[in-house]
Amino acid sequence: MQDTQTLSSNTTSEMKVIAGDWITVCTKNDLVENSGVCALLPAHLVRGDAKIEDNLEVQIAIFYIKQINKVFAISNYDPIGKANVMYRGIVGSISDEPMVSSPLYKQHFSLETGICFEKPEYMLRTYLCRIQDNLVQVKVGSINHSSQ
Amino acid sequence: MIPVAVGFFYLKGIKMGQSIDNQSTSIHQTKVLIIGNGMVGHYFVEQLLLQQATVSICVLSGESRPAYDRVHLSEFFSGKTEQDLLLTTEQEYIDKGVEFHSNSKVDFINKQDKWVRTTSGNEYHYDILVLATGSYPFVPPIPGNDQPHCLVYRTIDDLHDIEASAKCSEVGVVVGGGLLGLEAANALKEAGLETHVVEFAPQLMAVQVDEAGGELLKQKIQALGVNVHTQKATQEIVKGDTCRYKMVFADGTYLETDLILFSAGIRPSDSLAREFDIKIGDRGGITINDYCQTSEESVYAIGECALWNNRIFGLVAPGYSMARTAASHILSGVSEQTPAFLGADMSTKLKLMGVEVGSIGDAHGNTAGAQTYSFENEPKGIYKKIVVDSTEEKLLGAVLIGDTSQYDTLLQYMLNGITLPEAPESLIMSFDGAEAPSVGADSLPDTASICSCHNVTKGDIVTALDNGENSLAGIKTCTKASTGCGGCAALLKSVVDSELEKRGVEVNTDICEHFAHSRQDLFNIVQVEQIATFDDLLSSHGKGLGCDICKPAAASIFASLNNEFVLKKPHIGLQDTNDTYLGNMQKDGTYSVVPRVAGGEITPDKLIVLGQVAKKYALYTKITGGQRIDLFGAQVQDLPQIWSILVEAGFETGHAYAKALRTVKSCVGSTWCRYGVQDSVGLAIDLENRYKGLRAPHKIKFAVSGCTRECAEAQSKDIGVIATENGWNLYVCGNGGMKPRHGDLFATDLDTDTLVKYIDRILSFYVKTADRLQRTATWMDNLEGGLAYLQDVIINDSLGLNQTLESQMEKVVDTYECEWKKAISNPESLKRFRQFVNSDKTDSNIQFVEERGQIRPATEDEKSQSNNQSIDIIELV
Ligand SMILES: Cc1cc2nc3c(=O)[nH]c(=O)nc-3n(C[C@H](O)[C@H](O)[C@H](O)COP(=O)(O)OP(=O)(O)OC[C@H]3O[C@@H](n4cnc5c(N)ncnc54)[C@H](O)[C@@H]3O)c2cc1C
Ligand code: SF4
Repeated sequence: MQDTQTLSSNTTSEMKVIAGDWITVCTKNDLVENSGVCALLPAHLVRGDAKIEDNLEVQIAIFYIKQINKVFAISNYDPIGKANVMYRGIVGSISDEPMVSSPLYKQHFSLETGICFEKPEYMLRTYLCRIQDNLVQVKVGSINHSSQ
Repeated sequence: MIPVAVGFFYLKGIKMGQSIDNQSTSIHQTKVLIIGNGMVGHYFVEQLLLQQATVSICVLSGESRPAYDRVHLSEFFSGKTEQDLLLTTEQEYIDKGVEFHSNSKVDFINKQDKWVRTTSGNEYHYDILVLATGSYPFVPPIPGNDQPHCLVYRTIDDLHDIEASAKCSEVGVVVGGGLLGLEAANALKEAGLETHVVEFAPQLMAVQVDEAGGELLKQKIQALGVNVHTQKATQEIVKGDTCRYKMVFADGTYLETDLILFSAGIRPSDSLAREFDIKIGDRGGITINDYCQTSEESVYAIGECALWNNRIFGLVAPGYSMARTAASHILSGVSEQTPAFLGADMSTKLKLMGVEVGSIGDAHGNTAGAQTYSFENEPKGIYKKIVVDSTEEKLLGAVLIGDTSQYDTLLQYMLNGITLPEAPESLIMSFDGAEAPSVGADSLPDTASICSCHNVTKGDIVTALDNGENSLAGIKTCTKASTGCGGCAALLKSVVDSELEKRGVEVNTDICEHFAHSRQDLFNIVQVEQIATFDDLLSSHGKGLGCDICKPAAASIFASLNNEFVLKKPHIGLQDTNDTYLGNMQKDGTYSVVPRVAGGEITPDKLIVLGQVAKKYALYTKITGGQRIDLFGAQVQDLPQIWSILVEAGFETGHAYAKALRTVKSCVGSTWCRYGVQDSVGLAIDLENRYKGLRAPHKIKFAVSGCTRECAEAQSKDIGVIATENGWNLYVCGNGGMKPRHGDLFATDLDTDTLVKYIDRILSFYVKTADRLQRTATWMDNLEGGLAYLQDVIINDSLGLNQTLESQMEKVVDTYECEWKKAISNPESLKRFRQFVNSDKTDSNIQFVEERGQIRPATEDEKSQSNNQSIDIIELV
């Protein structure tokens, strides 16, 4: 059974995927160790609240932290600096919680919950993400609500 | 706010031909007129301004220039310029709404109608008159004392006279062996003269030290090559045989000399009071009450001309206290805020020709029942004495020669009446190397004065800490403590440290939660253990995953020590975004491109290339303060192409994005400028090329000026170089920006090799010891011992570090590579220069609008107007 769809630069918004599927974004080789890259995805693929007709795209920052061998996917939009730059932030931890710091004004956001440490009223969307057979995949349709 | 009132006080003047009743408008405003613009007069004006006075201020100065630092006058002979000594400028006064007139000596006061007249005939009206006329040097009435090379030592003009006279003299004599006389002797010695001191009394510094101390001082000073003649009364000065003059003494002996400098004490400048019927003391000095008012209610006197309780105070700190009192009294009368002037402590600590001398309180033991303890170490040239009261409980005074390390402690005992230890002698004697007890910062009462120059008490420091200050540098800035003579630096530090400790603020220097080390510790660890990657550093000395504090700090340390390519794989995730993309990220996520233009010198061809690139990529173009050109609005994916063109045209990266050497600004210098004395551009280019690529705790800026006119503003830079006839003067640790600070003169008349060597060492030492994101100015302020300590380390190699520091720098210089050149030839590094890992699209949130013929980022409003295609839905919880 095919449970993934490969998306590339010619991704079309018509692509059919089923909620719960994992879509492949890039290969592990495309990631930068202990740093981030950014993927552009049709919004309806990854977000339950977006429809095909809306023709929206989302930018998702993907970080690979080698030490704990984990990938994290999180909105690339910095709600405080108001620019698509989160993937250029430095990753690390605060009290053992993995985090990324905004490259603009240096606020820290949890990579697990997306919540801003300094201003908890701001939260970045987080997405489920994994590495499977050297492929980096984001889960279709469901937003990661691990914060609950 | 002070209303600008230029010409306000001007009643009848030659210049404008106004008449007395042609007075200006705001009659209701109190007019404060100050005669004399010495240190105290100037400080008084500052106090009025500080207290937000709604009065008009006018200053009449008898000298040709505004107030300068008389206390540090002698430094003129060790390289300070007239400019360095100035405390203010006419422009500054104008900017603050203060009316200022130089060359305006007052010789007439009309107390009835409240106006004064200067010797040139100008008249000025006042409501309140403040006499800050200071004092003048006393020249003993010796026949022949009025000859051309018989000089005094009080003003900048005197300095010029001494300098001129010294140039055509070989022997110089100072008459007077007091504090000032010895300072003057040092000046003559530095000017290269055979120097003598002639003292009437049997000992030197008779006011401050006792006989035994004076004797030791004499020996020490003689050992330094200054001849001291005590108990000599000069009878006349006649034409000399081998020199210009011959001084004939009462005992029949004589001394030949070319230059005579009188430093036989000072006399209060009280002639105005004397002539116009304001009360003066029997032996001179204008009598004042506790609020500095003279016998005339609307006339105040402050500083060295004032006589309080039959005493004259010949130091600045008491003068400053008077100024504060007078200012408060004028503005708010007798109130809680108005501190009465109740005398001042005259204790002093100084270094005379390298000899440490300290005098506290009743140094002579004149108090009834006083007892003394003294200690002498002849081989080491140390003499210490303490004077205690009859009960041996309180300290009354002390004399310290050769070692003043206990000065602060003793002073606190005396000022605060702290009970002496069981054996008071332990305060000045150390047995078997045991430390003499020092007064703990804890045991000081809140009223204890810590900094007497700026009247800062321990209580003030506690308050500042309560209000959120949490560092020594912060306390210095906010209370001004230790920014005067600097004598209280050590005491201040111990008070701040102990107070911080008390409030549980562990003086924690850990860089972040991942490393229990300061940046300096990490630097040493990396250097000693030769650690080359963050992973190794973290696993051996840290915990967790690191963060945006320790990672860039480690990256900077690796770069300073090993100078590896910052985009090399193990380092890439450590870099701040600016370093990762080798550009400065702007608010919209685009980058700016700043190629190096060493020294600000650029060919027309290169300028054209910059123009072409800017045009091709539609970049916003601006000239920077560092004499180069900044191209804004470049998107991440365009950076490699832009830089390929630039590198091809011979440009290199400008490191505008890095905590590293930025620019070496220069003026055109002797090549083109009529005034230039050295090739400032040439040196600037060489320096910039030498230090480019040096990564440091923070950015570093240089400038080089071709002469003392200082067009390159070198004194506001971390490293400033100013050309002199004989070489270069080096200034260090200046700063522009938020906390402007003039650089300190570090060394003078250096040849280029020595200059470079010093800069190598200073920068390496900074890189090694500074905190993360600490500019050189704060760094030096936080070094215990400040400038003098730094000079000792760099010039005298007091830490034995210089060899290491130089080779550390040599390595960086030898391994320099242009990061952009390297990046564009390296596919692995280029991988990161794209917005999306899975698409060639660009970021649709980056939008520009046109303004003044160039692009600028669109505002959020402008974007939402033009957006039919949204980018992301922002969610707020
Ligand atoms: C070489 C030297 C070293 C010193 N070192 C120290 C030190 O280490 N520590 C310390 O505490 N103190 C030191 N002092 C003393 C200190 O400089 C003085 O205490 C201080 O300058 C006094 O300030 P003042 O404003 O009262 O007087 P001044 O600085 O003398 O200023 C008075 C001003 O009034 C002007 N004036 C006088 N009459 C008139 C008039 N009729 N009309 C207009 N203007 C007039 C004068 O021209 C002068 O400019 C030193 C002094 C000298 C000379
Ligand atoms: S600093 Fe001197 S040499 Fe340089 S431009 Fe100014 S006047 Fe000329």
